[in-house]
Amino acid sequence: MTLIKTSIGRRSFLKSTALAGGGMMLGFNWLASCKGKTEEEILAMPKEWFEINSYLKIGDNGVVTIYTPNPEFGQNIRTSMPMLVAEELDVDWENVIVEQAPYHAEKYGFQFTGGSQGIRARWEPLRMAGASARQMLREAAAQTWQVPLEEITTVDGVLHHKTTKNSAGYGEMASAAAKLTVPEEVQLKEVKDFKIIGKSRKNVDAKDIVRGKPMFGSDYRTEGMLIAMIEHPPAFGMTLESVDDAEAKAMPGIKDVVTIKSFKEGFEKGGFDTNAFPELVAIVGNSSWEVMQAKKKLKVAWKPITGYSETIAGFRGKETKNIPAGLESTTTHQTKMAELAGKPGKIVRKDGTPEAAFKNAAKIIESSYSAPFLAHNSMEPLNAFAHVEGDKVKIAAPIQIPSLIIPTLASSLGIPAENIDMELPRMGGGFGRKAYAHYVVEAALISQKVNAPIKLMYTREDDMTNGIYRPTYQATYRAALDEHNNLTALHIKAGGIPESPLFANRFPAGALDNYMAQEWSIDSNITIGAFRAPRSNFMAGAEQSFLDEVAEAAGRILFNFDWTY
Amino acid sequence: MATFNLKINGKTQEVDVNPNTPMLWVLRDHLKLVGTKYGCGIAQCGACTVHLDGVAVRACMTTISAVGNQEVTTIEGLSENADHPVQKAWLEVDVPQCGYCQAGQIMTAAAFLEKNSNPSDSEIEMAMNGNICRCGTYTRIKKAVKIAAKTANV
Ligand code: FES
Ligand code: FES
Repeated sequence: MTLIKTSIGRRSFLKSTALAGGGMMLGFNWLASCKGKTEEEILAMPKEWFEINSYLKIGDNGVVTIYTPNPEFGQNIRTSMPMLVAEELDVDWENVIVEQAPYHAEKYGFQFTGGSQGIRARWEPLRMAGASARQMLREAAAQTWQVPLEEITTVDGVLHHKTTKNSAGYGEMASAAAKLTVPEEVQLKEVKDFKIIGKSRKNVDAKDIVRGKPMFGSDYRTEGMLIAMIEHPPAFGMTLESVDDAEAKAMPGIKDVVTIKSFKEGFEKGGFDTNAFPELVAIVGNSSWEVMQAKKKLKVAWKPITGYSETIAGFRGKETKNIPAGLESTTTHQTKMAELAGKPGKIVRKDGTPEAAFKNAAKIIESSYSAPFLAHNSMEPLNAFAHVEGDKVKIAAPIQIPSLIIPTLASSLGIPAENIDMELPRMGGGFGRKAYAHYVVEAALISQKVNAPIKLMYTREDDMTNGIYRPTYQATYRAALDEHNNLTALHIKAGGIPESPLFANRFPAGALDNYMAQEWSIDSNITIGAFRAPRSNFMAGAEQSFLDEVAEAAGRILFNFDWTY
Repeated sequence: MATFNLKINGKTQEVDVNPNTPMLWVLRDHLKLVGTKYGCGIAQCGACTVHLDGVAVRACMTTISAVGNQEVTTIEGLSENADHPVQKAWLEVDVPQCGYCQAGQIMTAAAFLEKNSNPSDSEIEMAMNGNICRCGTYTRIKKAVKIAAKTANV
């Protein structure tokens, strides 16, 4: 068995307290989730809940609620993450209820969905949460029955003591367990003992999805909530000049037209504060259709931006980005790309004497690969609910990295970060786009200005034309073959807008004596961002396609080349 | 503004809206039936699919004044307890990923199977063709439609 210190997870554990009245804990979420359940289901609900740690509570009847920490956008981590907890807790999966945890950094750590990190990052902490709760239940049983802890076993939510023939459901021991301190160390199960992990379980939300239950960000509503939409500039490289809202304001159902500024002067942006349009016009009214109609009547004048540089505090440290002025187009992009692709790029890596190898080659094979800007196009367009009341902020938004927008929200609103509450409704797709949560800041600023709960909705057109796109890339590969069809040199020249996709040190670098990698890039005011590892996936596709072409031209199979590993 | 008496999911509901309002927004904003989704607003994605007298239509392009006396069925009214054959098949196959397109997919499939209870693969593909799933659950959708056709026939 793996003995594991819980100390790394300690900050994420609530003090295990028995709650008032012997431990009653009926949260708002819980009551809300009872709606729509059959009478039978409600009757089966526990009368009392005992919170063992921030990830789970146990009812007096043995039902377990597991708070799943990360927001869901379709990979079904709302099923798989609770499975990790349930496995180590050792409960029957049928007795588990899954609830979405709100944003709470101290309780739930880094609630980040993306980067293929969900399960990898949660693998240990969630198992630990289950294992430490199980340990506390065993301790409670050992104390109650006055027997040694080591002799207490568990099976599917039931505690047993063999020699005294005592047994009790988790629900019976939950109250006592909740009063114990969280153990310093716990033992995690061996992989061979897994009963839940590794077995396919159905999506815990499927039944609600096929019935059309409200669950997405865009379904969120509160009493008195208004609908807001934003008028964006018609192109990148433009910003707000002035607005004439007289006609729009006179339209039926319209409450207000406001302008917002997404960043406070001097705010240092993080890597996910990407936003080409920080100054915008928002229109607010009673219903979506009315706001959509009135939005068309807004007369907004836009002006070109002036070029600037900005420093971003991203994941890889501080980076300076140059944002040029001017309107861009596919034609100007293609002209510049052709020009740069035709010149020698910046040499990033050079091994051996590639020039000589190409000069002496019997055959040279060359191919170029390219990818355009791509919009994520999540099925659910961007949206966010916000209610700013004085110095309190309530947010409910489909968002991939809640913690990273909190500093921006706090700065833009002028409200302390600890006053911001955020619910994490399901995302109708994310694909990286919902990691860039400027729309949450926009919603909050609109709510603050109009002093009402609002839901900001992007239309499909807004969503597509104000993208944080997958960048445009291009790569030209050249291979030199000798008269025996041996691969003697490889040359890659890659570039993109606004970044190069090149990984100069990845394969085939190091596998060939003569190798050269060059790059170029073109500054742009078009915003780009995460979307299924843009650089890696583009380069992998280009490289694999090219090597196949080389093998074909050489009349041999790919792995027969003399890679000099 | 005008008053409309709509027959929705077996109940009559009164709304007072602009006659040009698409049914999608009447359902979502005025009747709080948010199972019907907004994806494009221009009849291109299928997320807003509902039934009018059993026929699948795009609620984003159907004005409320065009509904008249027809029976509207939304995903919420397809069955009492997720036990319509299409919903059951969806659960069996565990079709959804993000789930956002699925109400539209289910409504399209349900209306289609009413007309064609024994469809071929290519007929299924044709019928489901206009419903986009950005997550790409198409193979599971096809599988579930086939299962639904079988179970509805027994
Ligand atoms: S929202 Fe109606 S078809 Fe897309
Ligand atoms: S399941 Fe996500 S769009 Fe279809």
